[in-house]
Amino acid sequence: MIRLLRLGFFAVIVRPVLLLVLGVNIRNRERLPVNGPAIIVANHNSHLDTLALMSMLPLADLPKLTPVAAVDYFGQGPFGWFAKHIIGILPIDRSGNTPRERLLDGAIAALDAGKILILFPEGTRGEPERLATYKKGVAHLACARPTVPVTPVFMHGLGKALPRGTYLLVPFTCDVFVGESWTYNGAVDPFMAELEARMAALASRGQFPAWE
Amino acid sequence: MSVPAPVLNAILGIFALLIVATGIVWLIDRKRAAPEPSELTQRVRSWWAMIAIFTFAIVIDRAISTIFLGIISYLALKEYFSLIPTRRIDRLVLLFAYLAVPIQFYWAHIGWYDMFVVFIPVWMFLFLPMVMVLQGQTDGFLRAIGTMTWGLMMTVFTLSHTAMMLAEGNTSNGVAGGAGLLLFLVFLTQFNDVAQFTWGKLTGRHPIIPKVSPKKTWEGFLGGAVTTACLAALVGPYLTIMPWHWSAAAGAMIAVAGFIGDVTMSALKRDLKVKDSGGLIPGHGGILDRVDSLTYAAPVFLHFFYFFFVGGRV
Repeated sequence: MIRLLRLGFFAVIVRPVLLLVLGVNIRNRERLPVNGPAIIVANHNSHLDTLALMSMLPLADLPKLTPVAAVDYFGQGPFGWFAKHIIGILPIDRSGNTPRERLLDGAIAALDAGKILILFPEGTRGEPERLATYKKGVAHLACARPTVPVTPVFMHGLGKALPRGTYLLVPFTCDVFVGESWTYNGAVDPFMAELEARMAALASRGQFPAWE
Repeated sequence: MSVPAPVLNAILGIFALLIVATGIVWLIDRKRAAPEPSELTQRVRSWWAMIAIFTFAIVIDRAISTIFLGIISYLALKEYFSLIPTRRIDRLVLLFAYLAVPIQFYWAHIGWYDMFVVFIPVWMFLFLPMVMVLQGQTDGFLRAIGTMTWGLMMTVFTLSHTAMMLAEGNTSNGVAGGAGLLLFLVFLTQFNDVAQFTWGKLTGRHPIIPKVSPKKTWEGFLGGAVTTACLAALVGPYLTIMPWHWSAAAGAMIAVAGFIGDVTMSALKRDLKVKDSGGLIPGHGGILDRVDSLTYAAPVFLHFFYFFFVGGRV
């Protein structure tokens, strides 16, 4: 029942609204993973990021898509229920109550179940359309499952449409650049350097008007 | 659903033209070895999609036609706002600018010409800077209001003339009605684009405005304009109440206006250092790339028709 609700929410609400209100220009859509297990890493500007990314993959893949998000942000109320069951997020506990080495257990289990994880290594939406430093969780996850392909995605424009701290959605066309996937290269720091280089390369492919 | 017979026949004619064009492009492309479709093939494919959607939109019902034209206008405005530099503080002003689209197309739909013609140039023109000033950020104010207002005029006010034509033509354009008038304009504008492109490719030598659009030539411009005027003389008496010589004059005006709209949008893109305004239509670019000629041709043609034929001067 909830799966059907989720499918309906994406098919009837999310996709048409994103198509008409925003409109997404994707470069190299074919590089997005079709089969799990896989990891998609993207920059985070807006609540819309997750929905936009999830709409770029075929609707049939929806059951596999698992965005990873902080548990504290969404809370326990109806908002939390919605995030968990309809958006389908996999919660990560930022509070420090979970021991460090157990933090990624859920994500690893999801990969083992053949899911496509969506990660925002910036950790927060932060300043819209500005890159923050990446957190290393993604590297530890890739280290735990070194054969899983990691696909970098750079997005621009959603932070203009719906930045942090507002509910006023203003239409803007968004640009999305999908990079080639790679796998864990043996150590955490080189992996992070690789991720940063790939994201920077994707970002430099676009030409974005000023937004200040 | 009641489509005037001339409109229906003209649409059939357009599809015949499209079939011929598809055949020609197929013949040209057969000599190529590359496996992926050429840009020309992509373009013709997109033409099929666009003409199919357009036909559907103008055949079903006038309200649907107006909504369709409004969506085109909205997409053009969105593309424009996404291309230009904007200020974060202006999000509310941008939202109001977007809201002008349904309102403007509503005036057109109910055929309220007097309101239609002042709503954006007077009321929105005064209202948007007011909202902007109330936000209180003066840094970049002139650039922000200047770019926003020009965009609103270029994508909403000008393109809404297509919807006004539908309403206006139903009372003043005889049997073919508003749909006939709109079809005359849109068909000739788009045909002129293709004709100027083809003449330019085949015979183009002398650049006409090299700093803005290096590929545009005098031969393309003049050849296209003459071809369009001839075609207008043929179809005008059928789709409109204009006799053949007035139709030819209208066709020539549409051709010249279309050219200016085209290079104006090229100047904008060149200034912003982008090649296409977007990626919505394969082979063509963005929506602004497709409607650029229409931004000039639509108001020019409507006011030409209004002045001479509705105003009773002919």
